[in-house]
Formats: sequence, C-alpha cells, structure tokens
Amino acid sequence: MYNISLDHFLFLGAILFTIGVLGIFLNKKNVIIILMSIELILLAVNINFVSFSTFSGDVSGQVFAMLTLTVAAAEAAIGLAILVVFFRNLGSISVEKINKLKG
Amino acid sequence: MFVYTISFYFFSIIAILSALMVISAKNPVHSVLFLILSFVNTSALFVLLGAEFLAMILIVVYVGAVAVLFLFVVMMLDINFIKLREGFLQYLPFGVLLGLVLLIELGMLFYTNNFSENNLVDFSNLPKFSDVENTKILGNVLYTDYFYLFQISGIILLIAMIGSIVLTLRERSGVKKQKIYNQVHLNSKNAIEKKKIELGKGIDV
Repeated sequence: MYNISLDHFLFLGAILFTIGVLGIFLNKKNVIIILMSIELILLAVNINFVSFSTFSGDVSGQVFAMLTLTVAAAEAAIGLAILVVFFRNLGSISVEKINKLKG
Repeated sequence: MFVYTISFYFFSIIAILSALMVISAKNPVHSVLFLILSFVNTSALFVLLGAEFLAMILIVVYVGAVAVLFLFVVMMLDINFIKLREGFLQYLPFGVLLGLVLLIELGMLFYTNNFSENNLVDFSNLPKFSDVENTKILGNVLYTDYFYLFQISGIILLIAMIGSIVLTLRERSGVKKQKIYNQVHLNSKNAIEKKKIELGKGIDV
C-alpha cells in the first residue's frame, strides 16, 4: 500500500517553486543566484509534469518534461553568456546596473 | 509500501533543504553545489515515480552540463560577493511573507480541487508503473507522436549555441591570431616571387 499520493508530489513541487520565487526576490543584486532560482523553478515544473504523467498513466508528461529540460539548458547557456559579456563591460554583475544593457 | 514512503520523505526533505541553501548560501560556489544536491535528489524522486530515463537525463544534463557551466562562470568572474548580498536581510521578512502566501495558496488549490475525481483525466491514487521499460515507452512516442517537439528542441539548442557563441565572441587587439581566410586564399602568383640575384651582391627584401 502506497501512502504517497499525487498531492505529495504536487506539494513538493509547490515548495520548490516558492523557494525559487523567494530566491529571485531576496537576492536582488546577484544575477547568478537569480539564474539558479530560475533553474529551481523549472525543476519544480518538471516534478509536476512527471508526477502527473505517472499518476495518470500517460507518458506525454515525461516528453514535455524533456522539452522543459532543453529550454532550461538553453536558457542557462544564454543567460550565463549575457552575464559574462555584462561583467566584461561593467566589472560587476549587479542587477541594478543591468539597465545599461539598453545602451 | 513502507520503504517507498520513507524514501519519498528522505529525498524530498533533502531536496527542499538544499534548495533553501541555494538561495541563502553566502558563497555562490556553495550555492551551485547545493543546486547539484537538489538535482540529484529530484532525480531520485523521478526514479520513485518510475521515470528512470528522465532521472538519468536530469543527472547528465543538469549536473553534468548546466551546474558545471554555473561553476565555471562563478569561478571565472572575480566578483565581490559580500557587496552583492546587501539588502538580503532587508527584504527577508517581506519575502518570507510573500513566499508563505504563495505556498498556502498553492496548497489550498491542491486540497480543495481533488485531482482524483471530477476531472478530464483519471488520476489514480497509486503511481501507475508499466511493465515495459520507461526508456522504451518514451522512445516509442518521442520519434512518432512528438516528432515536431523533438525537432523543435533541437532547434532551440542550436539557437542557444549560436547565441552564446555570438555573445561572447570578441576581437582582441594586440593579439596575433591565425587568419584562415587569408591562408586559404593564397596562391602561387601572389605568394612566390622570382628574383635574379647578381653574383657578389645581396638583395633587399
């Protein structure tokens, strides 16, 4: 007998999502932590996808979780590239200066 | 199944605690390492959910590629991290309040709307594990029903690769680099010059 139901996994996803949002909110100056928080949020999304997929017996959720994973990897690569260029030009990674990106 | 419950709580508690450490660690290197711990625990949860292929992909892609990329960038940039943490405590009470409200709202959503009844999809109380391997099932649908999705993810990765190369490419002055275009376009007419040298005299090049 399993005690763990769909709600448990959804609640875990909700907690991870909230932690990600909180991380964006608290680390207002450090872009690297903000990117990591976005990764946490996407991880929570993945947990939801996979748990819905397993509890409904349909494999489509896992395929979409793979798409989310791809997008997360692409987003991390481009975000970090922007970060490197930003640091090279300004010498800091503070979010408050990021409006200088508009040139 | 007692072991199932115990392992669920074990892995999820470690995942949540390490996620909390990600956003609160003083050193971003520690943050990245806690992020890796969180990913590994989530992939264990995926194994519990019967999605072994995604669990392995999560370890390969996230821990092997994305987290290492983060580590590279964190260690490459020489940043004063203490200065970046200013304002953390200032926003903490309001942030925690906001997070609690969000969490309670999401929790209320889950407990008022029971996913096992009155829905389009029939959600069971137990995870439905199939007899066929997870990788085989995924392979069956990925290249047939979700062919376009598969192609689109390839294009997304290509665009990300081109984008990050274009963003970080730069011309550095004062550095001698190999110019392949000029090398390839050399031919014997403009590269070799014949000169007659008279005996006893040198030549100015």
